[in-house]
Amino acid sequence: MSTKRITGAQAIIESLICEDVDTIFGYPGGAIMPVYDALYDFIGTVNHVLTRHEQGAIHMAQGYARVSGKAGVCIATSGPGATNLITGIADAMIDSTPLICITGQVASPLLGTDAFQETDVVGISMPVTKWNFQITRTEQIPEIMAKAFYIAQSGRPGPVVIDITKDAQFGQIDFEYKKCTRIRSYVPVPEVSRPMLEQAADLINKAKKPIVLVGQGVILGSAEQELLDFLTKSGIPAAWTLLGLSAMPTDFPLNVGMLGMHGNYGPNTKTNECDLLIAIGMRFDDRVTGDTSRYAKQAKIIHFEIDPAEVNKIIKVDVPVLGNVKQTLPLITELIQEKSYPEWREEFKECDRIEYEKVIKNDLNPEKPGLTMGEVMRLLNEKSNNEGVMVTDVGQHQMVANRYFKFTKSRCCVTSGGLGTMGFGLPAAIGAKLGAPEKVVFSVSGDGGFQMTLQELGVIQQEKIGVKVIILNNNFLGMVRQWQELFFESRYSFTNMTSPDFIKLADSYDIKGKRVTSRDDLAKAVEEMLSDDEAYVLEVVVEKEDNVFPMVPTGASVSDIILESPKVEVES
Amino acid sequence: MNQEYIISAYTENHIGLLNRITIIFTRRNVNIESLTVSESALAGISKFTIVINSSEDKVRKIVGQIDKHVEVLKAFYHTNDEMIYQEIALYKVPTTAMMESNRIEKLIRKYAARILEITHEFTAIELTGHKDETQSFFEELNQIGVLQFIRSGRVAITRDPIEKLSEFLKERDKVEAN
Repeated sequence: MSTKRITGAQAIIESLICEDVDTIFGYPGGAIMPVYDALYDFIGTVNHVLTRHEQGAIHMAQGYARVSGKAGVCIATSGPGATNLITGIADAMIDSTPLICITGQVASPLLGTDAFQETDVVGISMPVTKWNFQITRTEQIPEIMAKAFYIAQSGRPGPVVIDITKDAQFGQIDFEYKKCTRIRSYVPVPEVSRPMLEQAADLINKAKKPIVLVGQGVILGSAEQELLDFLTKSGIPAAWTLLGLSAMPTDFPLNVGMLGMHGNYGPNTKTNECDLLIAIGMRFDDRVTGDTSRYAKQAKIIHFEIDPAEVNKIIKVDVPVLGNVKQTLPLITELIQEKSYPEWREEFKECDRIEYEKVIKNDLNPEKPGLTMGEVMRLLNEKSNNEGVMVTDVGQHQMVANRYFKFTKSRCCVTSGGLGTMGFGLPAAIGAKLGAPEKVVFSVSGDGGFQMTLQELGVIQQEKIGVKVIILNNNFLGMVRQWQELFFESRYSFTNMTSPDFIKLADSYDIKGKRVTSRDDLAKAVEEMLSDDEAYVLEVVVEKEDNVFPMVPTGASVSDIILESPKVEVES
Repeated sequence: MNQEYIISAYTENHIGLLNRITIIFTRRNVNIESLTVSESALAGISKFTIVINSSEDKVRKIVGQIDKHVEVLKAFYHTNDEMIYQEIALYKVPTTAMMESNRIEKLIRKYAARILEITHEFTAIELTGHKDETQSFFEELNQIGVLQFIRSGRVAITRDPIEKLSEFLKERDKVEAN
């Protein structure tokens, strides 16, 4: 390969191009100016999206990565620019999202001198990155960039921070780029153990009431087809975690719904009745397990997992099957018998009927005057092609949207799961739209979370990004309010929130919109929103004090899931 | 049940690794009793020896998190019984105390300590051993009067005949060759 003499700043951009990066999100500032100067020569090759805040940039990179499967890239300056990325880095770390975060740094002679806009970014980001590195010499750039992409995207993905001093950006090198394929100390995918697979197959073949738990590992491993093959042959009912959403179609006959605190009645209660639990690419988050001392104690547990540190971390398992599920699922499918469990599946259907009567019916087709978040989701399902991407913020709307939105394609659910970052939704949706421009992208937020990052409407305006922004406004920080109602004697301490006129706000950004307060106008507004490819802000004023059910109260066992407020039971 | 565990971690000799590893303990609210880092038998590879009081479940998870880090080659944990280990301690006593009686001489003989340096003002003594030994020597010596006392972190080797790291590196090369 021929080499060319370029600056460090140019080398950073060239490295991005060598890694097939077409879109980056960022915000310029002093210590990253050489990189921005270099970018000026690449307009048209690398699409740079100027955000309104660095947190917006990183959430956009996350949304982009989640729908595309490629690493998301964001750039920020030193000091406050870099610290503003931290929330997104932590979010990407816990949700295993591949990211490359490039931050400028003061010139190397100034390191440790409390120079203007100097922070110890490597130190600050250490607990929340898969890897980070400070480049102080220009010649380190190609090798470190290659390592960054390899680490971020291989094995269990995660965020990588590359901090580059200003003098390293100004320096010159003979640029030559070689992709990284191996690091001595790093084993991204553990070796598959044949005996473990055989033990797992044995348990599966003997099981009478098995259940599969589908996590994001299936999506990250691009193993959606392998999962369907496994499920179809095994005949085992499968539930998904919040991050596992869209790994199989919602309507797949063996899909029994969502696990966890606000998941479905069937998979939660059956967790404590099954005789075999097969976890695939998930990590037994406490929102999934509830009280671990009363979690699936009666069952044998098999755990398909790429990250050895996740095995036996929360739940002791009987058979760990390490490896990428893309490889292990076909191997196990080969070893198992073709089976079906009609009676066991009927038990799930019975749970569905109970949940439908107690919860779903009133959520989707309410008879009371106040609008529900659920009926908005029902309309999105009815009026769209069901191939859209559902991007949510965090809170009640997140649970409702993910419970009721119909997924038909993988990588169509983008939500902040592990970290629960309010303000994630709108910027993540912008990134998702750029990562999957052919798809309809819904950004569903509550009135609270939306106001945390609403400045990114400016990006929608400037870049003409056709995101369908839906604000489910209950004039409350709804999820906190729900907890206050249920667990803090309805003492609504600082959860009542006044909002601006969101439609006027959208208008000031030149974005169309409509505020809906009555059921009669809702369907038409959804149709209007979906009538073209342009951005739209739909504010739906929903019932102020609706609660999300079912619910596994904190500290309770999954089988103690409640379908309605305990208060209601007392009254009736 | 909590007991003492020795964690051994082999890492690349890179900037920030110490911080990377210690924050794993900090996050889990586990105190480090002793920590030693130095170059291992293999050039460019550092060895961390960390002593904690913990349950086996906790130490296993901590080692899992250490091992997971990109720049860590391999991490292990052992109980004290499974390892041969030493700590070094240095003691400074006034030389006059040595001259006034033979009590210090007797202690040095009893513990098989050795004298490193004698000046008019002080005498420096070294003892290598387990913590209970260096501590007991300190306590006895301190009845006469110790000017300064310092103890190192632990260094330890396994009772296994083979170095586990070499196995790991061989495995890695095998994977690479395939």
